[in-house]
Amino acid sequence: MTTQNNSAPAGTTSSAPQRIRVLVAKLGLDGHDRGAKVVARILRDAGMEVIYSGLYKTPAQVVDAAIQEDVDVIGVSLLSGSHGPLFGALCQQLRDKGAGHVLVVAGGVIPEQDYAGLLESGVNAIVPQEARSELIVTTIRDMVAARGPI
Amino acid sequence: MLTGKRQSAPVQYRPSAELVPQVLGGSTSAVARMITRAEAEYDEAAPALSDLYRHGGRAHIVGITGVPGGGKSTLISALIRDYVAAGHKVAVVAVDPSSPYSGGAILGDRIRMGQAADPSRAFIRSMATRGHLGGLSRATFQAVDVLDAAGYSPILIETVGVGQDEVEIVTAAHTVVVLSPPGLGDDIQAIKAGVMEIADIHAISKADRPEAAATAAAIKAMIALGSDAPRSGWQTQVLTLSATTDKGIAALVEAIDAHRVHLQASGELAPREEAIARTRVLSNINHLIRRRFDDGTQAMSAQLQAVAGRASDPLTAAMRLLGPENTEHRT
Amino acid sequence: MTIYAKHALEGLQAEQAEWEREELAATLKARAEEKAEYRTECGIPLKRVYTAADVAHIPLEDIGFPGRYPFTRGPYPTMYRGRPWTIRQVAGFGNPESTNQRYKYMIETGQTGLSTDFDLPTLLGLDSDDPMAFGEVGRVGVSIDSIDDMDRLFEGIDLEKISVSLTINPSAWVIYAMFVAVAERRGYDFTRLTGTLQADPLKEYVAQKEWIYPVRPAVRLLRDLIIHCTNTTPKMNPISLSGYHLSDVGGNAIQEIAFIMAFTIAYCEEVTGAGIDIDDFAPRLSFFFISHQDFFEQICKFRAARRVYARIMAQRFGAKKPESMRLRVHVQTAAMSLTKIEHTNNLMRTAIQALGAVLGGCQSMHTNGLDEAFAIPTEEAMKLAIRTQQIIRDEINVTSVVDPLGGSYFVESLTSEMERQIWEVLEEVDRLGGAVKLVEDGWFQQKLADSAYSTFKLFDTGEKISVGVNSNVDASSSSAEVEIHPYDENCTNLQCLRLKELRATRDTGLVQSLLAELQDQARNEDVNLLPKTIELVKARATLGEICGALRDVWGNYDEPNII
Repeated sequence: MTTQNNSAPAGTTSSAPQRIRVLVAKLGLDGHDRGAKVVARILRDAGMEVIYSGLYKTPAQVVDAAIQEDVDVIGVSLLSGSHGPLFGALCQQLRDKGAGHVLVVAGGVIPEQDYAGLLESGVNAIVPQEARSELIVTTIRDMVAARGPI
Repeated sequence: MLTGKRQSAPVQYRPSAELVPQVLGGSTSAVARMITRAEAEYDEAAPALSDLYRHGGRAHIVGITGVPGGGKSTLISALIRDYVAAGHKVAVVAVDPSSPYSGGAILGDRIRMGQAADPSRAFIRSMATRGHLGGLSRATFQAVDVLDAAGYSPILIETVGVGQDEVEIVTAAHTVVVLSPPGLGDDIQAIKAGVMEIADIHAISKADRPEAAATAAAIKAMIALGSDAPRSGWQTQVLTLSATTDKGIAALVEAIDAHRVHLQASGELAPREEAIARTRVLSNINHLIRRRFDDGTQAMSAQLQAVAGRASDPLTAAMRLLGPENTEHRT
Repeated sequence: MTIYAKHALEGLQAEQAEWEREELAATLKARAEEKAEYRTECGIPLKRVYTAADVAHIPLEDIGFPGRYPFTRGPYPTMYRGRPWTIRQVAGFGNPESTNQRYKYMIETGQTGLSTDFDLPTLLGLDSDDPMAFGEVGRVGVSIDSIDDMDRLFEGIDLEKISVSLTINPSAWVIYAMFVAVAERRGYDFTRLTGTLQADPLKEYVAQKEWIYPVRPAVRLLRDLIIHCTNTTPKMNPISLSGYHLSDVGGNAIQEIAFIMAFTIAYCEEVTGAGIDIDDFAPRLSFFFISHQDFFEQICKFRAARRVYARIMAQRFGAKKPESMRLRVHVQTAAMSLTKIEHTNNLMRTAIQALGAVLGGCQSMHTNGLDEAFAIPTEEAMKLAIRTQQIIRDEINVTSVVDPLGGSYFVESLTSEMERQIWEVLEEVDRLGGAVKLVEDGWFQQKLADSAYSTFKLFDTGEKISVGVNSNVDASSSSAEVEIHPYDENCTNLQCLRLKELRATRDTGLVQSLLAELQDQARNEDVNLLPKTIELVKARATLGEICGALRDVWGNYDEPNII
């Protein structure tokens, strides 16, 4: 699976397998990790490299981990209803720390009324709770391909 | 079912040469990005990585290995805390296997490692083997180079599992720590089978469990039996520790440092460095040769057909492809 | 003793063989069955039809009578004829006053017991003004920072008259301390307080994932709570052993019961290890199970669980009192089964699951609101949920006969098979070193994560059906616009303001010295921490201060990396 598109920058051709790297993260105090762990396995089975943050992470901790791991995507599953403030803080910190290129995908229990606000605050995609694995995987692949190599 | 999506703007690719001064200046994001490019094997990044190698050579490289579930992550998180508190800039490269089916991987254990550590003083990177046989890929070594050039020391390389990876870590690290959970019988058999000889330091985790002391005693006995010591003048250390209660962590840090001092004082450092260099040069030779023939060149296809059709044999075919100048010593 | 004579069974088997040769063979020839094999949710193979031969091996004593060992048919002899189950809908959000208002509405609607959900900072022992509480105050439950908040929560509600269930875990001992301190403030008779704390720490580490301390200190806190509660408020249940959450994170029916029984064993060993007689506290152990989708398997699960529990208590712990051996269970229908698409279908799902719980013999129940999978239920949704229980109770005559499915060839056979599989797991847990060690090792966590993933795969491939979502999909029915319970942005401010006022108006020196005493006591395994905690809450120490003081002694918990 390659992430390169036709307009790849010079010198970024490679015969090595290119892997999308994803940080699957839990933010705040929400302990529901069933979905996050299932998604981690789905992405692994789709050929991605997945790092799981563990529970109870602050936006700052998640952003620091994302920078060191140089992930393409942060996937956050939230079921506590506090997605508004937490995603807002996460995206703000990504921009503040020069990591605005990291794509943020939201999952979990997120009412459709809140989609616009989340996208506005910097979230790149929201995947509904009943999504099948194919939708999750293609959403991520398409976004990373559109963004190009880093 | 509605999916919310926002069009994301393509990012500006920054040439690797521009990242080199930032890596040398210690920029976390530049270090992280150079490691990504080493893994991606971009041609464009190769000169920058060579450049960074020449700036390195200061870091003490510690290999930490042991069976899964032995408590490596908890130990490393305790080590990070101690090193940061003592004023070091510490880095961890955690290597996990890629799935042979999908090529994907679930990596590392950031849950424990460095949770409370200051990210500017503790750098943690999870890497997959990406199909590299034996665990440690070229990119793992290059990641260490980048971290070394950026001023991190010690650099801890964590590998999981038994067998190949653990043995290979000897050719990547200055000091090898083998961590084993306490237990009798089978566990010790595992230690015996794979890794008795490679350890400079044996650490037994979960010291609060009653079996820990017995396990330590058994390992000591085994070391005494195999006294044709492969490592000159260094008495292999056996420690028990509990990372959750911090017991024995200071002693381990001390033992690692004592081994570093020993390597310098005894003159054993130079042969170790050469052994590491040898592994790396060989691995690059392997890489370059594979790259030359992996792409399905016409010459390669012709030879493959000949071998498959029994008109040639694998050795002859390889010799023909490599050319006489590369094979004469072997024939 | 079995009821069937050998010759009768032989006759039956001969007839079955004949039936298979004739009627069955002809039908199968004309029309094959839809599936090659039929199984329950947790994989037990199902026969086409069950006969007396399938139950002939089951000793009659295993089935027995309701209210009598081994309690397969129910914990009480008269069951719903004597007292219907308690309709206990959980609620909690915002400031204590907001939840208090909801309680009063629900009591008016006919609810017969109260149940409190707390917000995440409260569950995790953090004050509302803690930086980690950012964005979470009053969100998924009510926010409680101090004894004053507890008083506000139950303002105007007579705690001697209505039982109160408190869904609280790692910080349960502090919430309990506040509850009894409020009762004392109001002059209640402690022996008349009824209610239940959830306080089941092991299931937190493996399922619901709310923790503060490492595993062993958490189990010790539970021990202290059980012992103190037994002596002080004898009609309160200090623990609700919660299989529900094991199912919620992916466990199947066997895992739900087997794992929770493994935890039960660990807790009983902890308390009896402190020198307390099993019969002194076991009567007040209570349970909380899910009622999920596989209708008959769920009914049999309740029956098998009662039998396993009775045997553990009698045989393993030598309990003498029947009350120590009878399993009493609160049930919640399966939130996991609810869908956002065509969400009114959730009413049907919940009604069927509720009926299963009643046929399984539950003692109290929460039926999910139709919007409960994605929001705090609206008042309308809660009313429909309560009505669902009332219809089952009052309209369809399923409460007149105790254990009406008892004796069904299929139900008895499946009950026995489930019991057998539960024992298998329990033996494995014993062999591997017991529940506490296996929680620390992540053994349960891995089993549950694996089960969750395989369930997801079944939905993904369409083998498991969710009507309206991956089967019978109606392209025109999008997921309905749901009225979302509004979040009161002022909630955090008010809680923080009150904390500030509280800290300014109390004797903080006294609080500090009591906290230091609590820390000293925590270092000694043998001291019960409840009396000092009650002193602390009366001195208006906050929840966060008390939990934080012990975090300094015991440290944090690091979860094993299980995916």
